[in-house]
Amino acid sequence: MRWKRVELTGWGRVSRALSEAARPERIGALKPILDSTSAKGLSIYGGGRSYGDSALNSGGHTCLTGRLDRILSFDETSGVLEVEPGVTFRKLLELLLPRGWLCPVTPGTGFVTVGGALAHDVHGKNHEREGTFGQHVTEFDLLLSDGTIYRINPESQPDIFRATCGGGGLTGIITRISLRMQRVPSAFVEVKEQRIRNLEAFLAAFEAEKSASYSVGWIDALARGRGLGRGILQIAEPATALPRTWKKSGYRRMPFNFPGGAINALSVTAFNELYLRRVPAAGRRRIISYADFLYPLDSIDDWNRLYGRPGFHQFQCVVPYAEAARALRRLLDTVADSRAASALTVLKRLGPGRAGYLSFPMEGYTLALDFPNRRSTAELYHTLVEATLDHGGRVYLAKDALLSRRAFERMYPELPEFRRVLKEVDPHARLQSDMARRLGLKA
Amino acid sequence: MTNVATQTWVILGASSPIGRSFAREVARSGAHVILAGRDLEDLQRTASDVRIASGVNVEVSSFDAKDFSSHAESASRWAENSGTLNAILLFGYMPQQSDMDSNPKLLLDCVFTTYLGAISILHHLAPHLEARRSGTVIGIGSVAGDRGRLKNYVYGSAKAGLHTYLAGLRNRLARSNVHVLTAKLGFVDTSMTWGAPGPFLVASPESVARRCLAAARKRRDVCYIPWFWLPIMAIIRSIPERIFKRLTI
Repeated sequence: MRWKRVELTGWGRVSRALSEAARPERIGALKPILDSTSAKGLSIYGGGRSYGDSALNSGGHTCLTGRLDRILSFDETSGVLEVEPGVTFRKLLELLLPRGWLCPVTPGTGFVTVGGALAHDVHGKNHEREGTFGQHVTEFDLLLSDGTIYRINPESQPDIFRATCGGGGLTGIITRISLRMQRVPSAFVEVKEQRIRNLEAFLAAFEAEKSASYSVGWIDALARGRGLGRGILQIAEPATALPRTWKKSGYRRMPFNFPGGAINALSVTAFNELYLRRVPAAGRRRIISYADFLYPLDSIDDWNRLYGRPGFHQFQCVVPYAEAARALRRLLDTVADSRAASALTVLKRLGPGRAGYLSFPMEGYTLALDFPNRRSTAELYHTLVEATLDHGGRVYLAKDALLSRRAFERMYPELPEFRRVLKEVDPHARLQSDMARRLGLKA
Repeated sequence: MTNVATQTWVILGASSPIGRSFAREVARSGAHVILAGRDLEDLQRTASDVRIASGVNVEVSSFDAKDFSSHAESASRWAENSGTLNAILLFGYMPQQSDMDSNPKLLLDCVFTTYLGAISILHHLAPHLEARRSGTVIGIGSVAGDRGRLKNYVYGSAKAGLHTYLAGLRNRLARSNVHVLTAKLGFVDTSMTWGAPGPFLVASPESVARRCLAAARKRRDVCYIPWFWLPIMAIIRSIPERIFKRLTI
């Protein structure tokens, strides 16, 4: 197996790691990769869409799974699909939506790989209804560090299943995933958009729409006072009596890094004002393709370069329903006061669904904020973490690069179970990541 | 390639990323696909992928370039398919020159796989193609075969031999309306070049597969993929040996 020294980054481009990378093209190449790793172990890197350091392994080895991209079987009656871990959601959408099938849970970008989605037990804009990605996985094959491939399903090996879903690639290398797809009537959704005047109105609107198939809120995080938490709520339902094919928008690339300061309070204020006014005061309804609805940012392949060379952080937390109003007010106040200019602030409602020990969701509201990486950003991040902890919430590891070990341990009560399974399946701690070391996942 | 529905493509060395992409390409146009190679488990995975994406019939066939005695039978088996028979030869073995210098077994393996394996299987395929008076053969050449150089001359010599063989085969099969394309590749982003010291101007396997097929459809005889290797190699070939022998490129 040949290794290549590469610099890999998280999607936020703040976390960076130099490591020796292998890029297997077939399953047979995986064992030698696992065998030749050094003391710093091996991390697994899929689509590179985790924001922080969960797939990185500074000074160690990394396995890139993007070339393991084949569809292995699809049963058109039951909807059960088997794929290799490097298959992307975009590929699934383009291949199966024209046949009337959709992945029931998908993250906000189609460039995520199915393996990465399992390793972070991701959710979409329909978590309350459909739960997490891992809950639709019926079984998977896992290459453990003893060199054997095991077939894991939630009934026969519940511990390994729960440690792998949301486990950040630390149990082993996934070689095959089976999941259940969902039938949909067309390639389109009917979207209803309405302006929301403040946080209280937002929570009430979410509550009123909780039976919707999809719901997602966008917040103007710079608004303060009476307008705190104002934004737009998007509700969507599958559209019927429309075709199963759609006009694909082209993919563009960012030709260069924006200057580091391009995203600032001024530019974001202007953007937010325009974004809010896009939707008329009376609201609007329109029909858009699943591709545009599920993956709104995918038309620009590498939009993370908007933040320039310094990169950005995403903070995403969830707080329980009972605390939501107070907690979100505190979080949004903190952000608005900092003038840190979160350009993309998203509010969603989550249900109880989760598939793994370290899965993110809990019943409550999740808030996601993007911050350009500046000197004060880490401090702001930790202030938000403290607020989240005070209200019994937790932070999403797929987005994180800054959480402390102490805060992490308080947020994830099932950590001891997770560590126990890791000791069993990977006794020599061959699977590693910068995040695992930072948070003491393997301790 | 007039009637795509009756086309069969044999992809030899189908586990390579170019092979996988090429299979996806030809399947999209409705061709029957035969994936030939050694790692049958891997080929089965590619076969499923291609079958599900395009709905065509995909077979997996065991083929080892160095197992010369099996080649006659493999060729006849593939020729059992009716319609036009086409083949692309993607197998090859390129150890580092320095490794071959210290280990003559690798040196022979390189030539056995890259050159002898190719001419052996083509020798057995040619009569079937002649009998049908149709079909295309895509032989994968290399810029390394255009001039022997310090860093890669054994592999280069095997590819140079293959270039000459393909030219002769083209001459022979042209009489039977069978087309032979020599596609000289530059560096391609596969496990063969991954981590190798300093490859530059690396092309993606998807684009190489697409361009090979496009060149075959245009009935090109010899082409460089990507095209910019044509002027580069013209310059490299034009350097007088007296000077070239002192260079390290």
